[in-house]
Amino acid sequence: MWELIRINKRKSLFVLILMFILMVSLSGTIGAGFYSFDWVKGMLWGALIGILLWAIQSAVAYFAGDDIVLHFNMAVVVTPESYPQLYNIVEEMKIAAGLAVMPEIYIIESTGMNAFATGIRPEKTAICVTRGLVENLDRDELQGVIAHEMSHILNRDVLFMTFAGVMLGTITMLSNIMLRGTVFANSGNRRSRKKGGFSGGHPVMILIILLFAIVAPVLARIFYFTISKKREYLADASAARLTRYPIGLASALQKIAKHSSVDFVSKITAPMFIVNPQFAGADEDSVFSGSTHPPVYKRIAILTQLQHGGKVSLENYQKLYEKELSTSGLFSKTTLESDKSEAVRAESTGKFTESRTDVADVILANTGFKIVTCECGLKIKLPPSDLRMKVVCPRCRKEVSVSGQSTAATENGGDELVFRRKNKNSWESFPCQCGKFTFQLSPLFRGTYAVCKRCKTKVRIEYPE
Amino acid sequence: MTFLVIFLVVIVVCALTLFVMYNKLVGLRNIVRNSWSQIDVQLKRRFDLIPNLVETAKGYMKHESETFIKVTEARAQAMSAISKGDVKEVGAAAANLDSALAKMMLTFENYPELKANQNFLALQEELTSTENKVAFARQAYNDAVMGYNNAVEMFPTNMVAAMFSFKQSDFFEIEDKAEKQAPKVTF
Repeated sequence: MWELIRINKRKSLFVLILMFILMVSLSGTIGAGFYSFDWVKGMLWGALIGILLWAIQSAVAYFAGDDIVLHFNMAVVVTPESYPQLYNIVEEMKIAAGLAVMPEIYIIESTGMNAFATGIRPEKTAICVTRGLVENLDRDELQGVIAHEMSHILNRDVLFMTFAGVMLGTITMLSNIMLRGTVFANSGNRRSRKKGGFSGGHPVMILIILLFAIVAPVLARIFYFTISKKREYLADASAARLTRYPIGLASALQKIAKHSSVDFVSKITAPMFIVNPQFAGADEDSVFSGSTHPPVYKRIAILTQLQHGGKVSLENYQKLYEKELSTSGLFSKTTLESDKSEAVRAESTGKFTESRTDVADVILANTGFKIVTCECGLKIKLPPSDLRMKVVCPRCRKEVSVSGQSTAATENGGDELVFRRKNKNSWESFPCQCGKFTFQLSPLFRGTYAVCKRCKTKVRIEYPE
Repeated sequence: MTFLVIFLVVIVVCALTLFVMYNKLVGLRNIVRNSWSQIDVQLKRRFDLIPNLVETAKGYMKHESETFIKVTEARAQAMSAISKGDVKEVGAAAANLDSALAKMMLTFENYPELKANQNFLALQEELTSTENKVAFARQAYNDAVMGYNNAVEMFPTNMVAAMFSFKQSDFFEIEDKAEKQAPKVTF
C-alpha cells in the first residue's frame, strides 16, 4: 500500500541531498574565499562549519520544535469529553493509518480555518486545529482534513520539512555572510586586506564566488518549495486513500481556502498547514511565488476527479496528478476555478459504489440532509443549510424539485416578488418595494428567498444558468 | 583455501538473506494480527454501545420492539462469532448487525423528540464513529493482509514462507448475501 509513498520519499530525499550538496559547496566556497592563500584547507573548514551550523539548528528544532510551536500559540489539549466528535475522527484516522500511537489533539482559539501537524519524533505527535475549522466543517470534511494531517505524520513529513527548512535558512545565512564579506573586504583598509578577506583571489574567481552567493539561495528556495509541494500532493493522496472519500477533503479545502489565514505562523510550520496560511487567497502557481503549497484549485480538481473515477488508489491519484500538472496550461485558472463548485457538488452525490453509501445516506438523513433522486438516477444530497427548492442535477442538467417543507412555500404566493440575479458570483443590490431597505446579495448567497428587514416582504431570488 | 573462503562467504550471504526475509514475513504477519485485534476491539466497543442506545431509544419508541429485538439478536450472533475468531464468520455476522442497525437508525427518523435528546445525540455520534472505526479497521486489516499475502506468494520470499509454513490470511469480506440485505433507501 505504501509503495508509492516510499518511491516518492526517495525522490524527495534526492532533492534534499541536492540541497545539502549546495549548502556544503557554498560554505566551502566561502571558506576558500576567506583563506585564499590556502584554499583547500579553507574549503574544508568552511564546509565543516556549514555542516555544524546546520546540525546545531536541526538539533534544536528536533528536540524543542513542537513544544515551542504549541505553547506559543496557547493550544489547548482536546479530550474525548471536550470535543467528542473531533476526538473520534482523529481516532478513526489513526486506526485507518495503522499508527501505533494516538497523536495528541490541540485546538487553537481562532476563527480562521486551518490545521497542522507536528511531531518530529513518531512517538510524540500532535494534530492542531483551529476552532473555526471545527465549527465550519461537517463530519466528512473534518475527516478529510484530519486524514491529510495524519498522512503528514505517517510520511514523516514534519521531520523532512524541518531539516529542509533549516537547510534553507543556513544557505540564506551563509550567502548573506559571503556578500557582506566581499563588500567589507573591498571597502576595508589595506591592513585588514592582507589578513584575509576576498582580496587574495583572482578577480574572475571573486566574480564566480559572488555569483554563487546570489544564485545559491534562489536555488535552495526552488528545491525547498518543490519538496514542500510534492509532500502536499502526497498527503492529499494518502488522505484520499485513508478515508476513501476524496470529496470530503476537496470540499474542506474549498471552504478553508478563503479563510485560511491564522495569526500564528512561522516559516518552519507553514508547510505543515493544510492550506498555506501566509498566502491566503494568493496566486501560488509557480515555485517562484514562494508558496509552500500547491494551488488549492489544482488539489481540489485532482481529488474530485479521483472520486469520479470511483477507485481511490494512489496510482489513480498519481495519474491525475500528472495529467493535472501537464495540462494545466490548457485551462486558464479561471475556467478551472469556475468549474470547481459544480464539480464538487456533482461528486458528492454518488458514483461512490459501496454498500456503505446506503448506510451513510441513512446517517445523513438523520442529521437533516435532504436526499433527492434525479430522473437520471443520480442522488443529490443537500445539507440542512441548503434551502433551495429546485436544484439542477449536475449530471443531466435537469431541474429537480426538492420535496419537503420548502415546496410548501412555493404554493402560497401567486404574485410574489422575484429578483433575477445577473451574476451570481458578484455582489448585487436592489431596493425593496417599501423603499426603506436595500437588499444586498453576496457572491456566496444561494438562498431561494431574501426577506426585507423593514416590511418583512419575501423576495424570491432566481439564478442565471 | 580461496575456495573455502568463497564457500563461507556464499553461506553467510545466504543465511543473512534468509534472516532478512524471515523477519520481513514475521513483521508482516504481526501487522496482520495487530490489525485483526483492532477490528476485534472496535466490534466489541460497538456491542457495548448498542444496549445503551436501545435503552435510550426505547422510552420514546413504544411500537418498534421488533426492530430492537432484531438488533439485539444480531449483536448476540456477532458476539459469539467473535469469540470463535473465524474471519469469515465474523464478516457475515458483522454485516448482519450493520443492516439491523441501519434499519434501526431509519426508524429513529420518525421520532423527533428522540432526536432532540442530548444523550441520544451523543450516543448517535458514538455509534457513527464506531461504525467508521470498524470500517477503517477492516480497511487497515485488508491492506495488511494484502501486503502479507503478496510476500507469501511472491518470489523470493515465497520459498522462505514455504519453508517455515507461513500461510495466507483471509481477507475480511462482507458476503454478497448480506450486501443485498443492506437497506435501499428511497426518498
